[in-house]
Amino acid sequence: MIAQIGRISVKRRLIDRTMQAVIILSAIAAITPLVLIIGEAAVQGLPVLSFSFLINQPVPVGYQGGGIGPMIQGTLVMVLLATLISFPLGLCAGIFFSEWPNSRLALLSSFSNDVLAEFPSMVIGIFVYIIVVLATGTFSALAGGVALGIIMVPLVARTTEEGLKSVPPSVREASIALGIPRWKTVFYVVIRSARGMLVTGAILAVARAAGETAPLILTAGFSNAYVSGLLRPAGSIPYLIYYYGISPYQSWHAIAWGASLVLVMIIMTISLTLRLLVREKAGESGLKHR
Amino acid sequence: MQGNRSYGDLFFKPVLATMALTVIIILVSIAFELYSKSGASIQRFGLSFLWSSSWDVAKEEFGALPFIYGTLLTSAIALLIGLPVSLGVAILLSELMRGMARFTAVIGMFVELLASVPSVIYGLWGLFFLSPLVRTYVEVPLHKYLGFVPLFSSTPFGLDFFTAGILLSIMIIPTISSIAKGALEAVPAYQKEAMYALGATKWEVIAKAILPYAKSGIFAAAILGLARAVGETMAVTMVIGNQPSISASLFSGGYTLAAVIANQFTEATGSLYISSLIEIGLVLFLIALAINVSARAIILRVGYAKGMNMNV
Repeated sequence: MIAQIGRISVKRRLIDRTMQAVIILSAIAAITPLVLIIGEAAVQGLPVLSFSFLINQPVPVGYQGGGIGPMIQGTLVMVLLATLISFPLGLCAGIFFSEWPNSRLALLSSFSNDVLAEFPSMVIGIFVYIIVVLATGTFSALAGGVALGIIMVPLVARTTEEGLKSVPPSVREASIALGIPRWKTVFYVVIRSARGMLVTGAILAVARAAGETAPLILTAGFSNAYVSGLLRPAGSIPYLIYYYGISPYQSWHAIAWGASLVLVMIIMTISLTLRLLVREKAGESGLKHR
Repeated sequence: MQGNRSYGDLFFKPVLATMALTVIIILVSIAFELYSKSGASIQRFGLSFLWSSSWDVAKEEFGALPFIYGTLLTSAIALLIGLPVSLGVAILLSELMRGMARFTAVIGMFVELLASVPSVIYGLWGLFFLSPLVRTYVEVPLHKYLGFVPLFSSTPFGLDFFTAGILLSIMIIPTISSIAKGALEAVPAYQKEAMYALGATKWEVIAKAILPYAKSGIFAAAILGLARAVGETMAVTMVIGNQPSISASLFSGGYTLAAVIANQFTEATGSLYISSLIEIGLVLFLIALAINVSARAIILRVGYAKGMNMNV
């Protein structure tokens, strides 16, 4: 009798098994491209990779050697600039969202922030083209940095807000009870408890900015030389990949793959170290949810 | 103790409020600048810009329809392929592998890494790896045997709507699956347990108890995935073929709103040309805004907003 009750018809069992298999297959299908992309970048990129590739300037088609030094520098300069712009802005906005969550300003600003976060980066590129490139009369590292900065702001603000909200109220209450002013409580006590999550958010934003291409086309322009001033056009790794990738020259394709490998390695290193760091430092402080 | 107010607190709120206000100002000024700089084009073509299909630089005739068409078509393909796959990932992580922490962590990490690969590298890979593969193994057979269907009618070259759609579908998987996973995890346990108690199989529980319950969350995930597909630029630019044409065939080259800006902006001469490209940006802005607002509205209505509105 008991066996009878527990029995599931062959048809139902078959459907169950098939659908479970389909689900597992779809997850495999989702992961495969990542493996293929990394694999292809490694296979195509490794042959051109060398120390001189990382520091030399590009050479004209037909010449041997040449590297992507100026582009690495350009990317670093613009990402640094973007960080300087976006961190104070995003951090403060994020604190405001979590400190006064129900104020009209927070609701409106938080909504704008969400919209900006999902925005086509191209549109931000046009915006910065209008306000910086047209105003200064030249493509420049400055314009590129501003564009990347605007792209980073919503990410920084959002993770700050989430991070601060994950800190248990008791931490803040203990500090307030000691008579510590609110701003000190937030900056020295609450933020410190949410440190792990804030660092994660910050570095993810940096990684995102380092890979952006579209807005740079309209703002930073392109240059084969090392950046010598903020108001000069600046090359960047992503733009080089695009520019060389769609060119008709085989040797340029190889360089594009090499640059991709460099970029992927930079970004993967950032996100993997981050994962390990956060797991070790922050432990269980609400981070498990993400 | 009462008199012991810190001067810092006097500045605390105003400074933070200014920064919060700045975020709003950025969004508003993007809208304003795009609108004012597309003035020349808006004045010249009016609303017909939206449905004119001619994009003729020499004659200075500009219309956005081919780009709107390409954007919607590629995004639709992306969603058609990307949504089921992402749902599979979400179900696997939230249901089938519940409790297998190590497995889910590894798969979750892979999916997140997928999100962190820069768009331009997807483009490079799409151009040299995916496109020839899709052409040889999917497009050519489809064209050969089903060429009478308008969708597959033109000779496949590999750089077309179809390849762009497939590439986009890969790129939106992390967005959709992470939000859908949140929605699935929010399904209360009693909902599933009741179903299991009735003797249902795992799949029956998933199909009849979990998915219907998480419907709106999944819908929101799909819309945010759509938003991502619509705004994607570099990868699409590199594989879509870049021709302003409207064709029913998936195997013909096309263009998207974002791609035409990336491709033509720096070479554009003449104020009407540039103004038209900026108006394309304005159209993109409005489409993205509409998609975003509707997704937010759904998420707010559903209620489990927190943790869901963060994109990976």
